[in-house]
This record gives sequence, structure tokens and C-alpha cells, in this order.
Amino acid sequence: MKAAREFYRKVVPASWLNPRAGFTAAVLAMLALVPLYAAATGDPFALTLFTRVLILALAAVSLNLIMGYGGMVSFGHAAYLGIGGYAVGILWKEGFASGFLQWPAAIAISALFALVVGLLSLRTRGVYFIMITLAFAQMVYYVAQGLDRYGGDDGLTIGQRSSFAGIVDIGNNTLFYYLCFALLLGSVYLVSRLVNSRFGMVIQGCRSNERRMRAIGFATFRYRLVCFVIAGALCGLAGALLAEHTNFISPAIMYWTRSGDLMVMVILGGLGSLFGPVIGAVTYLLLEEALSRVTEYSGLVIGPALLLVAIYLRGGIEGLFAGGRHDR
Amino acid sequence: MLYLIEQCLNGVQLGMLLFLLAAGLTLIFGIMDLVNLAHGSLYMLGAYFAATFADLTGSFVLGALLALIATAAAGMALEVIAIRPLYGRSHLDHVLGTFGLILFFNELVRLIWGPAGMTLSLPSEMLRAVQIIPGVYYPIYRLVIILVTLAVAALLYIVVMRTRLGMLIRAGASNREMVGALGINIKLLYTLVFGLGAALAGFAGLMQAPILTVQIGMGENILILAFVVIVIGGIGSIRGAFVASLIVGLIDTLGRAFLPDLLRAVLSTDAALTLAPALSSMSIYMLMAAVLVIRPEGLFPAASR
Amino acid sequence: MNAMKRPWISATAALALAAGLGAGPAHAQQKTIKIGFISTFSGPAAAIGNDMRNSFELGLDHVGRKLGGLPVEVIYEDDQIKPDVGVQKTEKLIQSDHVDFIVGYIWSNVLVASLKPLVDSKTVTVVTNAGASELAGPMCSPYVFSTSWQNDQTPAAIGTYMNQKGVKSVFLMGPNYIAGKDMLHGVQTTFKGQVVGQELTRWPDQLDFSAELSKAREAKPDAIFAFYPGGAGIQFINQYTQSGLKGQIPLYTAFTIDDLSLPRLKDLAVGVPGAQNWVNDLPNATNKKFVADYHAKYHSSPSFYGADTYDAVALLDSAVTAVHGDLTNKEGMRKAMEKADIQSVRGKFTFGNNHIPIQNFYLQDAVKNPDGTYALHTVSLIVANDQDKFHGQCPMK
Repeated sequence: MKAAREFYRKVVPASWLNPRAGFTAAVLAMLALVPLYAAATGDPFALTLFTRVLILALAAVSLNLIMGYGGMVSFGHAAYLGIGGYAVGILWKEGFASGFLQWPAAIAISALFALVVGLLSLRTRGVYFIMITLAFAQMVYYVAQGLDRYGGDDGLTIGQRSSFAGIVDIGNNTLFYYLCFALLLGSVYLVSRLVNSRFGMVIQGCRSNERRMRAIGFATFRYRLVCFVIAGALCGLAGALLAEHTNFISPAIMYWTRSGDLMVMVILGGLGSLFGPVIGAVTYLLLEEALSRVTEYSGLVIGPALLLVAIYLRGGIEGLFAGGRHDR
Repeated sequence: MLYLIEQCLNGVQLGMLLFLLAAGLTLIFGIMDLVNLAHGSLYMLGAYFAATFADLTGSFVLGALLALIATAAAGMALEVIAIRPLYGRSHLDHVLGTFGLILFFNELVRLIWGPAGMTLSLPSEMLRAVQIIPGVYYPIYRLVIILVTLAVAALLYIVVMRTRLGMLIRAGASNREMVGALGINIKLLYTLVFGLGAALAGFAGLMQAPILTVQIGMGENILILAFVVIVIGGIGSIRGAFVASLIVGLIDTLGRAFLPDLLRAVLSTDAALTLAPALSSMSIYMLMAAVLVIRPEGLFPAASR
Repeated sequence: MNAMKRPWISATAALALAAGLGAGPAHAQQKTIKIGFISTFSGPAAAIGNDMRNSFELGLDHVGRKLGGLPVEVIYEDDQIKPDVGVQKTEKLIQSDHVDFIVGYIWSNVLVASLKPLVDSKTVTVVTNAGASELAGPMCSPYVFSTSWQNDQTPAAIGTYMNQKGVKSVFLMGPNYIAGKDMLHGVQTTFKGQVVGQELTRWPDQLDFSAELSKAREAKPDAIFAFYPGGAGIQFINQYTQSGLKGQIPLYTAFTIDDLSLPRLKDLAVGVPGAQNWVNDLPNATNKKFVADYHAKYHSSPSFYGADTYDAVALLDSAVTAVHGDLTNKEGMRKAMEKADIQSVRGKFTFGNNHIPIQNFYLQDAVKNPDGTYALHTVSLIVANDQDKFHGQCPMK
């Protein structure tokens, strides 16, 4: 027995024993196996449900980039979900079904919107920033409501998924799932490269003390703006995916409570940790789905649970495995 | 002209209602540095309590008084149980925790009172409009709201600026360690302030109940408006909240009153019909964005924060 | 990321997790009929959802909880009034629960969003409230039926009634969303007088109608028409009364006063006319039994939401009976349902080519009973056998 433990310790480096990494790996492996599970049990709904989870996780990852690392608490992040989705929907409605056009458009328009919002709002701090981002999101919400040609408040049904010139057929649900999964992992990788670069150091420096960073000589505003735009673009991509997934887009996805949901996912999972938002999204959405099957009063459980997380679990679920308070 | 006066009154009345909600929110925010999303839940509780007590006692005024006491008590209990551990934490923790409280209260109210909502009926003499100046009719109850809120605003001003409690509140807002060092029971002070904020929220809820609605989730939409008000006014400033409430109320109402006709002058009727509500809905958010771009800390920034 | 290099342990954990979540596969057993029911069971609109569920349950009780002799299992799902949640629940019912039928849908936007999975999977569906014009027109589908109406029909009936009353000018009000626009448009398809003004108000968070009511007073019309469903209706009627307009300009409504809001509106609703395809006191045997048993079981009055849902049971029963329990015979079920050979609570109706009922619309009015309660009652028939205007756009013949 002792020999076995010795052997184990020699073979497996210490970092692998880290329970936090193990937990993350387990969640990722579970996500990777969902299509197999769905195929094996003949329950394609698992695939539908988890595709949604992956897409919202991608949105949460993008929010975490600005909120967790940059300290920019955006209360209007759902706006980009809508903008990305409407880019796909409107282009489809106007007869442009190519994904090579739709997806870049979704990303570009979201980035552009983020640029405008960022330019106008990054001067404000704290709650003022929270509220001004909310204000812009509400404006987009009402604009979408007024788009009569594209369904207004009823939303727009998108007849088919984007075509990629025969290279990939995202109409295949399993393929689409793995595409979303790859994009999620890719965006986590992008975020990890970003935050560990010089750029990321400046961004994180701004979170704790922007004045100091400026004194050192960094053009902090520009750094933060770029970060804000990247997050917007990523979330726009998530919006495009969501529209593809449900074949539908409506203003409801941009209502302010949806921005709140995204914030909850990030904080629940672990603010400013790479995989925290993924874990938060998985937990929050599955909890919601599971509770809705048991009781109609799910709020009586989720509500106090969120309060307890806020009070006792400072680093979110990820922080639980980090063995103490997570950096933030 | 008379029509303009009538619409301005409508705007002032909406502003007054917003002020009642915003005053409590900005007090709690300014003094405890707490982002309380559950303020809308207290507003909802106030309305439900009032409807229940008015049914039981058969009197609108008695029901309202009992509801005020009940909401303040509920607020203080909430503070002790759930809010206290959140002081001194990041705003994000506040958002997460109080967002959870919203979910909880919505379900709790549904469990206790059912999903259908309630009615707080006015005495029949309030169900009329009076002629305030020749040619301008105005609902009596809305006049009552304006007058009562002005009285509350004055009272609040006196409490904060002229009493010992108000002195402590102001001192606590600018330097809480110092107040604690002077031997003041900060915990009790915070509980009392939270109770006062809850009572104001409950008062807003019960005053609006006869014209708007008593139902689950009623606090959420107006909560955002209240946040807009306190952000425009400058967080922690009651004066700012008052001015901003009036501005928001007037802009919202006048936008709804005149935008459709203005747009109709330039656009087709159908286009104007759809565009006008979208534009007027956006107007207050555009106002807030504009104010923050020019003055990043609102119109009346608190002096030392 | 390097933790991913140890796949065997993670894989086991993931499998365990996944198995726990799915709680095993669901097999459709042809011995039991599975019905998915989508409505709103949370938030204030849960009052509507509950009424629909109660009526559906009562309907099942009345057929011995069997359709065509086969026992029934119902799975209720909450759409939270969010279109994307509605789609997700619809897909769950189709893919995971393998339901045979889907019933419900209050909201046009939830229905429109869910239509694609419903149509693609050829699930036999009975829509019991949402009246989206898409469903009546271009997006009609062989296996989707409605027991309610198309949104234009009810306000069109009120327009006809206003003509009968000699109303010369009207001011229109409704919320700024598709159904609201449908309603305002519907009135104008039949109303012959002049529309002196129309206002679409903010949705869903309009707090206050004072600005619009002042405008209506200023326009000096003969009448005001309003469409405000659910809680907004209570809000509107309250403010209309307080503004003193009640004595000056009469109000005509669609879907603004119903059996759910009446106990809260009480006196305020008395004397305000509205149009509906069904009223509590319609004098047919099915309806008498439905209303009486509903009172006995739930101690309240059913609303039109419930009434149209109650009819869905009979419709499904006729379908299963016609194919002798062979639920794979969708063509047979479709043909049986198209006959509408059922005892409806609204009396006899037929289906148009688009599977929307061709039915009567009645004028209803609120009255105070001697015992102090309030009730809606039928005043008169406004229009008989009315068909929606969109059936020509439906490709089905």
C-alpha cells in the first residue's frame, strides 16, 4: 500500500493532485462526453441543454475577462448576446445565409458597440460604471423591440443554421456541440494568454490601482478599452451561437435580468479564475433545470443559496477547491 | 397650454413616486455602501402588507400605517439575518446576495399570497378627478401622492439635517470608524437606517398600489428606474435623488406625451407609432448616460467618498 | 490545463455525473399517452398558467383520465414567459420525454419561437391561447391546431360592436408588442368611424398611463378602446377610473377584464364591455358542467384561458379514439381533429384550413351578483362563425 502511494506520488506531479484542477478537468471531461451520453441513451435533449450551457459559459468567460480581471463590472453584458444573435438573424432574413458573413458580422458589430460604450463609460467608476453599462444595454433592448421588420418583441425565427460552404455542417447537432465546445476552450485559452501577458498585467494592475498604473506611465484608458472591446466581441460570438442553437432571437435575451444571470454565473463559479465562469454556468443552469423538475418554487432554494455563496464562498465554487480565498 | 400643465403634473407625480423609492435606496447606499437589489422586494412587501391589512381592518389609512410598521420590521429583521455579513464586502458580493434575495422574496410572496396579485382599493371619494384650475382635471389620489411625498421629503430633510440621529447618519456616511470610536453603536445605527430605508420603500409600494399594481415582481422594473435616479442624482445624496426624480419623471412623461406627435410630423403614422415608445423608453437611459459622461459621479456628488 | 492529461479518473467522474443528471433514459411507452403541457407557472402570470392547468386536469377527470381508452400522463413545464426557455422546454418534451402531444402556450412570442421544433418533429400540438398571426398564416402546419383564435378577431368583434352602438370616433391604446399592434389593427379592420389617436405604451414595464390618458381626454373621442391583458389590465382600469374618464368617455376592451382580474377589479369593471369567444354563462350542457365542476373543485371561476384549454382534452380524445390508440397514425389523428367533432364549452365550432377555429364572438359585461360576488355574463352575440383574415396566407387547403 505504501509502495503504491510512493509510486503514485512519483508518477503524478503535485500540480495534478490539486483538487481544483482535478475538479475542472472532471467538469470538462463531462462536457466532452455529453454527446456520447446523448447518443447512448437516445436522449438528445441532454445535447440541447448542454449546448446552451456551453454557449452561456462562453458569454460568462467573456464577462469574466473584464469583470474578474479588469474590475470593470458590466451590468449590460447580455446586450452583446442580443447584438450577435440579431446580426445572424437579420442577415439570414435579408438572404445572407453564409456563416462566413454572419459570424464575423456578429463579432464585428459587437466589438464596435463595445467600443462606443467603452469610450463613453470607462471614465466612470464603481456603481456608476455598472449603471451606465446597464443603460446602454437597455437602449439596445428597446431598439430591438422596435424592429418591426424583424419581429419586434415577438422575436425572429431563423429558418436554418448558417451554411459554411460545405466545409462544416453545423446543422448536425453533435458537430455543433463540439464546435461550441472548441470555441469555449479556445476563448478560455485566449483569456489565459491575455491575462498572463504584459497587457493582462496592466489590466489587472488597473483593477487594484489604476492611478498607480497611470503614474508608471501606462495609457490605462486605452488598455481597458481594448479589453472591453475583446470581451464584447467574444460575447457577440456567443450571441451568434445562441441564435444558431435556438434558431431564434428576441429582445428578451437582452433584458437586464439576463445580464444579472451572467454576472451570477461568473461570481458563482469564481471571479477572476480561468475556468470559474464555465463551472458557474454549468452549476447555475443545471441547478435551475434540475430544480424546475422538482418544484415550482425553485427560487426558495436558489435565492438563499446565492446569498450563502456571497457571504461564505468568496472565491465562488472554484475558490472552494483552491483551499481558501482566491485572488481577486 | 392647459394640456402641458396637466402633463407636467403627471410627470411630477411619477417623479414623487420614484423619489420615495430612491430615497431609501440612496440612504442605504450612501451610509452602508451597500448595493441593495432587494430594495424592490421591500417595496413589494409594503404593497402586499397594505393590501392585506386594509382588507382586515377595512380602512385604507389604518392598513397603510400597519404596513409601514410591518415593512420596517421586516427590513430590520432582514438586515440582521442576511445583510449584516455583506457590509464591507465588494459590490459584486452585494449584487449576488441581494439578487438571491429577490428570487427568494418573489417565491415567498407567491407561496403566501398566491400568484394572482392583490388589490388595494381606494375609498370611493378618491376615485374622482377634481378641477384644479379651470379646464384641468386631475385625479385626487395623484394629488395626494404629490403632497404626501413632499411632506415626507421635508421630514426626511429635517431628520437628516436637524436631529441627532441625522447627525450620526451623516457622520457615519463620511467616516464610519470615527463614529464607532466615539462610542456609537454602529450596528444598531445601521439596522435603524436599514429599517428607515425599508419603511420608505414600503411606503412607495403602498402609495403606488392603488394606481399601479400589487403583484409579484412589481419591484424589479421600478428598481432599475430608482437606480437610474440615484445615479443621476449622485449616490448618497437625498437632495440629488429629489432633483433627479423630478427630472426623470418629467422627461419620461413628457417624452411619452409629445414624442409621438413630434415624430408624426416627420415620419409616417405607422413608423412614428412604433418608434415613439421605443425612443421615449430610451430617453431616460440616454439622459443617464449623458449625465455620467459629463459628470461621472452624478449631479450632486457626495463630498467625501 | 495539464490536469486534463489524466483522463481516466476524470472520465469516470464525468460519467457518474452525467448518469446522475439524466436519471436514465425515458422510453415512450405506448400503453400510456404522454402529454407535454407548456404554460407559465412562475411570476404573476402563474395565475393564468394555473387556470389552464386546472381546466386541463378537470377535462381529464371528465374523460376518466383516459384518451381513447388509454391512460394519460401529463408533464407540465414552465416557460417563464421567456421565448428561449419555452423553446428549451419544448425540445425537452419532444426529445427527452418523447411526448405524444403538446398542449398550451399563452404567449405569441414563446409559441412562435417553439414552432420550429414542433413542426420539424411533427408533434401533434394544440395551442390553447396564443393567437399569433404567423400561426394562422404562413407558418400554419398540418399537426398544429388552435382552440383559441387569431389575435385580430376579438378586437374586430369589438369594432363591429362599436359600429352598432353608433360610436363615431375612438382612441386606441395597447402595449407596444406584436399582440398589442395586432389588437389595435384588428379594431380598425371593422370599425367604420374615425380613429382620432392611438398610443402604444411601453412593454413590459410601463408604470403609469397618466400621460396617455390625458392625451385621450384631450382628443375628445366618443370612446376609448384598450387592450391590456393580465395585471396590466387591472392597472389600466384603475387609472382610467381615477382619472374621472369613466363618466366622460366610455371604454371598450379586449382581453382586459377576465375572470382572473374581476375579483380584484370588482366595481371598477362593472359596465365595461368586452368581446370574447367564450363566456362563463354560455347556455350549453358542456359549459354548464365545466363551470359548475370547476367551481366545486377549485372554488373560483374559470377564465377563457381555462375554457379553451378544457376543449383541448376533448379534441385530443377525438383524435386518439379515431385511430384506436395507434398514436403513430398522425394522418388519421389530423383528419379526426379537423372535423372538430367535439362538445365544446363554446358550443359548436369548426376549423378553418389553417386549424384556427371559425367561431362566434360574444359581447360580455361584468355584473354584481346579489351575494356580493362579481361575474362576467353574455350580453349578446356580436358576430357568428367568424374566420380570421390570415387563412388565405396558409398554404394548407
